[in-house]
Formats: sequence, C-alpha cells, structure tokens
Amino acid sequence: MTFEPVIGLEVHAQLLTRSKLFCACSAAFGAAPNAHTCPVCMAFPGVLPVVNRQAVEFAIRAGLAAGCRIAPVSQWARKNYFYPDLPKAYQISMYEAPICVGGRVSFTVGGEHRAVRLTRIHLEEDAGKSIHDAHADSSLVDLNRAGVPLLEIVSEPELGSPAEAAAYLKSLRSIVQYLEICDGNMEEGSFRCDANISVRPAGGDRLGTRAEVKNMNSFRAVERALEHEIARQIAVVSGGGQVVQETRLWDAEREVTRPMRSKEFAHDYRYFPEPDLPPLVVDEAWVERVRAGLPELPSARRVRFVRDLGLPDYDAEVLTARRDVADYFEAAAGGQPNAKAIGNWVMESVLRIVRERRLDDPPRIRDWPVAPEALADLVALIDRGTISGKIAKTVFDEMVASGRPPREIVESRGLVQLTDAAAIAAAVDRVIAAHGDKVAEYRSGKEKLFGFFVGQVMKATEGKANPKQVNDLLRERLRG
Amino acid sequence: MSASNLDPSRLTIAAAAERLRRRELSAGEILEACLARIAATEPRLRAFLTVSGELARSQAREADERLRRGEPRSVLDGIPIALKDVFVTRGVRTTAASRILENFVPPYDATTVARLRERGAVLIGKTNCDEFAMGSSTENSAFGPTRNPWSLDRVPGGSSGGSAVAVAAGQCLGALGTDTGGSIRLPAAYCGVVGLKPTYGRVSRQGIVAYASSLDQVGPFGADVRDAAILLEALAGHDPLDSTSAPLPVPRYQDALRPEADGLRVGVPREYFQEGMQPEVESGVREAIAVLESLGAAVEMVSLPHTPYAVAAYYLVATAEASSNLARYDGIRYGRRAAAKTLLETYRRSREQGFGAEVKRRIMLGTYALSAGYYDAYYVKAQKVRTLIRRDFDRAFEQCDVLVAPTAPTTAFRLGEKTADPLTMYLSDVLTISVNLAGLPGMSIPCGVDGGGLPIGLQLIGKPFGEESLLRAAYAYEQATDWHELRPDPALCAAQGPAGGPGDGGARR
Repeated sequence: MTFEPVIGLEVHAQLLTRSKLFCACSAAFGAAPNAHTCPVCMAFPGVLPVVNRQAVEFAIRAGLAAGCRIAPVSQWARKNYFYPDLPKAYQISMYEAPICVGGRVSFTVGGEHRAVRLTRIHLEEDAGKSIHDAHADSSLVDLNRAGVPLLEIVSEPELGSPAEAAAYLKSLRSIVQYLEICDGNMEEGSFRCDANISVRPAGGDRLGTRAEVKNMNSFRAVERALEHEIARQIAVVSGGGQVVQETRLWDAEREVTRPMRSKEFAHDYRYFPEPDLPPLVVDEAWVERVRAGLPELPSARRVRFVRDLGLPDYDAEVLTARRDVADYFEAAAGGQPNAKAIGNWVMESVLRIVRERRLDDPPRIRDWPVAPEALADLVALIDRGTISGKIAKTVFDEMVASGRPPREIVESRGLVQLTDAAAIAAAVDRVIAAHGDKVAEYRSGKEKLFGFFVGQVMKATEGKANPKQVNDLLRERLRG
Repeated sequence: MSASNLDPSRLTIAAAAERLRRRELSAGEILEACLARIAATEPRLRAFLTVSGELARSQAREADERLRRGEPRSVLDGIPIALKDVFVTRGVRTTAASRILENFVPPYDATTVARLRERGAVLIGKTNCDEFAMGSSTENSAFGPTRNPWSLDRVPGGSSGGSAVAVAAGQCLGALGTDTGGSIRLPAAYCGVVGLKPTYGRVSRQGIVAYASSLDQVGPFGADVRDAAILLEALAGHDPLDSTSAPLPVPRYQDALRPEADGLRVGVPREYFQEGMQPEVESGVREAIAVLESLGAAVEMVSLPHTPYAVAAYYLVATAEASSNLARYDGIRYGRRAAAKTLLETYRRSREQGFGAEVKRRIMLGTYALSAGYYDAYYVKAQKVRTLIRRDFDRAFEQCDVLVAPTAPTTAFRLGEKTADPLTMYLSDVLTISVNLAGLPGMSIPCGVDGGGLPIGLQLIGKPFGEESLLRAAYAYEQATDWHELRPDPALCAAQGPAGGPGDGGARR
C-alpha cells in the first residue's frame, strides 16, 4: 500500500515592533540578560497589560496580505501553565476568537504554482528564555523576550510533501518580510515553525493520527525532519502499528525525531478569556487604512516582472523573494531595455558581494555595494558594445571598490572595447605572422587551435578587442 | 477619652479640610491624633498590617508647608488615608495579608495610590484584610484577624475589614478598599461606616493585587457620604495603564449631594428580603425606605429573578480568575521562596507554605472550573448566569434610578462562627455579589443598630456609572437621619484586658 503525508504548519513570527506586546519595554534582540524588563513583563503583583497598537496593526497587515477576514472583534485569552520563563504563569494569546480568520498563501514548488489555506492568524506574547547549560546545578532565566509580540500563523493540514511545506514556509517568510513586520530569521528564532504530520493511504479522505514536530531551525531542517517523520510513521503503520499522538523534537545532529511528551502528559492549558483586556475592536476604517498602505506582494510582483519586464519565471521568483532585492532590481531595470541582463547582474554579482561582505540585516540589506543606477549604466555600456562582458566584470569590481561610476572607470583605465576593424585586422595579422607553424597545423585540420589564436589576439589588444569581430576576422584569415 | 468634637481623628474629611484651609489645625496635628488612636486601639483591633508613621509624618510636613503657603493640592491635602494591603505602594511593604508576599516591597505605586499622593493625602498605613481579598470576615488574614470596634468578639466583615475598622475607630479619616463580591460594602455595614464600590471600570485597578480581574473594583470608606464622594472624585477616571478602566469624564460627585430625593425612583428588589434574615435588619432597612419616600422618592417593588444563582456563578468566575491570577506567586522572582532541590518542589513548597487554606481552596475550585471537559459546564455556564443577572438589573433600572436593600442579611457575626464552614461564610455575600457580577456601583450606609448595638447597613445599587444617583439618595437619607454620627465607644477599643463579650459594644451619639 502507498501512503501520502498530510502536513499542517504552525508558524510563529516575532514582530518588529519597538516595544513589547503589553508593556513599554524594548523588544530588541541582543541586550544584556533581563535588561529589557519591567514590573509588567516580570509579572509583579497588580500590574496590567496594555495592548501595543503597532502589533495589532502588523497582524492586520499580515491578515490582509494573506486574504484573511479581519475580525471586527477578537478576544484575548489566557493559556495557563507553569514555567520559570513564563512569569505570569499564563501566556496572553487568542483562542476562540482570533484576529484573522481564513486566507491563503500561494507558493511555487517544482515550477508549479500552488496555494495552501490558512486556518487563522492570531497575536500572542513570547515567553522568556531558559538557559540550562550555563551552570551545572541551576538554570538561568532571561526575560528580555518575555512579552515580545508574536504572530501565530496556522495553515490547514493540506500540504502534501516536505517540499511543499518548505516552499510554503519560504513564501510566508517572504510575505512577512515584504510587510516589514518580521525579519524572518529562522536561526535566531524570530521565524519559527512547528509541524503537524500524519500519513494515510494514498487518496484517502480521513486524516491519520498526527504527531507534532518541534525544534526545526532552518528550511532545510523542516524538510529533513518532515521526511524523517513521514518515513517513521509509514514504517509504523505498514508494520501494523499505530501512530501515537505526541509531540516530538527534531534532533538536527542525529537527524531523527524523538518523543517529547505524549497526549496523556499534554498540558491542560485551561484557556479562558483574558479579563484584564477588553475585546479587541478593529473597525473598518482602520482595516482600510492598513490596506491602503500595503506594499505590492511578492506573488503580484513576480507576475508583473514576467509580464512587463520579460523575466523568466525563475528569475522573477528569485528577484521577488525579498522586497529590498526586488526594489533594488526595479530601480536598476526601470526604463532599461535589458531587464533580464540586469537581473542576472543582481543575482550573480550584487548579491554575492552582499553575502561576502555581510551587508544583510534581514529583512533589510543595510548597504548596497553599488547604486542601482550605476548597475544600469554598466549594463548599458555592455549593450552598446562600449565594453565587453568580460571587461564589465573588472569594471564592476572596481565600482564596488571605489564607488566610481562605470563610465569614468572605463575611460580613465582605457577599457573601451576595440571595434576599429583596421586595428583588429592589424593585430590578427601580427598574430598569424608570428605563429606560422600553428597556422599550418590549424590549416591541416587541428581546429582546436582556434582558441589559441583568439587568446593571442586578445592578449595583443589587452582584452579590449570586440570578441565577435576577432572571431570573424580570424576565421576569415586562417582559411588562407 | 471620649469622642470629642475637638479630637481631630473624629473629623470628617470635609470638616478637617476646612479647618486645614483656615489653618485652625495642621496636617501634623491630625496625623498625630490618628497615630495616637492607632497606638491606643491597635493592640485590640489589629486593623493595620503596616503603620507607615515615618512616611506619613514627612508627607504631613510637606502638606503643612503647602497649606501654609495657601497652596493645597486638593481637598485631600494633609488628610490621613489608610490603604487595604492589596494596594501596591512604592517603598511600603505590600502583603495582601499573605505569607507569600510577607516581605514584598514594591518598586511602584498603584495608580490610585499615585492619585492620592498627587493630591497631597497622607498615607498612614496598610490595613488588614482576608488573604488576597478572599473572605468575608478578615479572619483569612495570614497575620491574624481584625476585630469589630463595636464589639470585639465580632468580625468587622471582609475582605476590606481593616479599612472599615480604621475609619470607624478614628485611626484615619478615610480609607480605600477593594470589592470583588462585597468586600467594601459588607465591612462598611458591619462597622457602621460608608463604603462605596464604584462601577466596574470607574476606578483604575492598576497596582491592585488581583483577586478576580473581571469583578475587582477599588472604592472608598468614609465616615459619611460626602467623604465617600470626595474620595471617589479623587480616585475615578480613565487610566491608560488599565484597559478595563472607562474613558469617561469624572463628574463632580459632591455636586450630586442634595438633601432631598424629589423625583428619585427607588426600587426595592423582592428577592433581597429573604427568609431567615435578621428581623432588625429587615425593619431597619424598611424604615430607611420609608425615610426616602418621605423625602420625595417614588418607591416601588422590583424583581431580580436570577438572584438565587449569583453566589454559585460568582464562586466559579471569581475562583477561575483567581486560579490564574495567583499562579505568578511561584517563589521565583519575588516573595517567599521555600528551599527545595528541584523546580517542581520549589513551586510546590513555596505555594504550600505561602498560601492559606481559603486561598488554596479557591485556587483548586477555579482550576477545576477551567479544566478541559468542565469548562463549558462551569465557567461558560457561570458567564451565562452573569448575563442573565445583568439583564435583571437592566430591566429593573428601566423603572428606577437606584435600588435599595440590606447590605447583608445579618449584622456582624462572631469571630470563628463561620470559619469551619466555608459555604456558610460564602453566603454572607449573598446580597452583594450580584452587583459585582453585573459590574454596577453599590454602596452601604449605616441605617440603624440591632439590639446588641451592632450597625445595620443599607445597600444602594445604581446603574452603570450612576454613582451620582447613589450618592444623591444616600446623602438625602443621611441628612434626614443621624445614624452616621454613631461611633463605637473609643474606651472599649482602647481598654486593656480581654476582649468584651456580646452586647458590650455600646454606641454613643
């Protein structure tokens, strides 16, 4: 019997608000332990939560981008459990009445466009961090993260493979980055994902018993963990066994999932409506204001790049994955005839330098190695035949190093392509004269030597000769 | 020593403020008189958990300086006020009458405390109460009970018993309490003072050690209705730090105080006069209703049919919220931490040793009510009852402006009388709880004494944010009667030797 997996993802996206969800403490990452705390996020007696309006607006932004219904009235709820990094011993979340309902996220997998429906998006506060390995006999608690706003984005269980799950996740990350509400950093945990997985006989309509997998810290980990978990469940079911409903942890080093807690030990979170906060009211005017301020989303932009700029599907996908990259590309390609070439330069050269020099500060590239207008000028120089593609690489490196405009570099360093037919002919003739023996060999059938002659001519012209003219002329003269 | 008009501790806030303004009296003198009363009566009454004499003296000096310059900050400038020990006070120990917070000194003020400070009030100390405000007699304090100044073998009511006693016994001129199911009104009734529980949302809860968030509300105790109005005006108003506080303007409550009740429509809820209530309480309240009628009020009977379900609904909602609110007391970040080897043991022992029996009982009840499989049957059902109770009141208020009823079925009971049976104790609040469930303003004012000389409380209930109607009715009644001038015998509270028996709490006019 063949089996098919059914996957649903729960994503937690940390929001890029300045302050925490319910108090004025900074939500920034990386401060000294417990530097960003106050009586509210440390749950001192008598303190009360006050909702961060910006966080609500970010949730609305995400909801609109994913085509959710924005609930006019939603309700905060308490999720109760004891843990030292949860100071109130409850997390303020949303339960029965989330702020965003429904919606869908499209993604591309194997060149095919697909979409997954969302169940809901809601707001909640993050917990602090427990540090277990700093001391042998005690654990430490850092409450800087306690109260930082999170968006929980829950998909329907309808992803059919680990590849689809990863593609959906990438698309979702791209969206939250476009919206500038989350930096999408999986390694630092600002974009986290748990998966619910079950398997069933292929084509079946009933869901099997699911396991939840946690602790996947990269797209690769998500794919690997899901592959492993699907194989494990299929082995269990094929062997006549039953999948146990439980939570499992992905061990990235050993590449296995391990049980964390079973259903019998599952927490009873005793959810109930948060009495310290009135229902969250979002009126239509607010929703419309947010809608008016939404940026063009990656999927729409991809379609436009293909349609209007003539980019291949793949290039459009890569160039629209991040808003800042797409913005940069568009600034360079706007009004230029050769958008495809500019796209190649962005993907191959510009982003390489960004990576090498660590200029990326997700969701924003801090510093671009060359201005988009300068990149457009460079491509124009190639298109007009002023420089060759080969020389252009040298010019680009020089642009990055000095910040000078490409035309100036080309002129000052005499890199203008040699197109004067007489001058090229002279060089070709000199090379033929100097290598009589090789000419004879070539003419007797050793055509591989053609490259040698091209090399010699380029050398003689310091690489500036127009390669097509060199080729044509050499072929003619060698024919004898 | 007798209750002389010259003893500044017996002055009302209004009278004291007037004398301060005319500089016939200093804030220092008023404070010292109160501190002297505290010194004389505390060994027997035990109304205070902390007397902040030093802080109070420095505040009184500053107040006198302002008064000397003729620049008082408000009518409360220089007036000694006591706070129930659930109000978080910067630099002053705040225990909620619990071992688990025995040595907790907060780094911040409750919004209401800050409002009092801004207005120049002198914070004389923190009063005793039931642990985490859970109780009806102040016997659940981890630091021992407070006694009723009218009769030392009686409870003062609870949970804000210490605040009611402090006002009744002249240990301060006004006090603040909290009322979750009757915790201001019941002690006000038992101690013969005025207690006002405002509409839910009228006063900020920020900085109140939470018991049940959807029911808790801060309110004042005063020697008379005007003092309650003065304090309410200082406390009320929107607080950006409490999202459940109402963004409504604060009326000048003193303007509502008029000595007639012309055109006031007074409803008498049939269900609040039950079988088994103390006859003197019923006759006292009925006489009070007759007084209101004679002052021009139109009186009619109304019905609140869901009243019998209020106590049950309350003990589900309040305990559910409490079970969650009190989960933060884990011994990790502040408060009492028991020595233990593991995390779980630390939690268990800290909470085992830190909480008293009633608090544990309510945490367990509330945890149960919220548990998977029981939530719908208990918590959700209780919320539905709450809606029905609110609708009862809505309907009643279509016909009237205020409701009047007894505050409690009996006068103050004896210490120890109900501690063995929690359910009997819970029923002390049978007439006050509905008001909290509906979020309405309620008030208790003195309307007589029983055969043993114990005060009887008249409860007034208003529409949401209808505090002005409450105050108007209460003031008209008060002007026509003199029950509010009754004070417990100071000699009794101050006497040495064993606490007196029943009936020896003689009243003096």
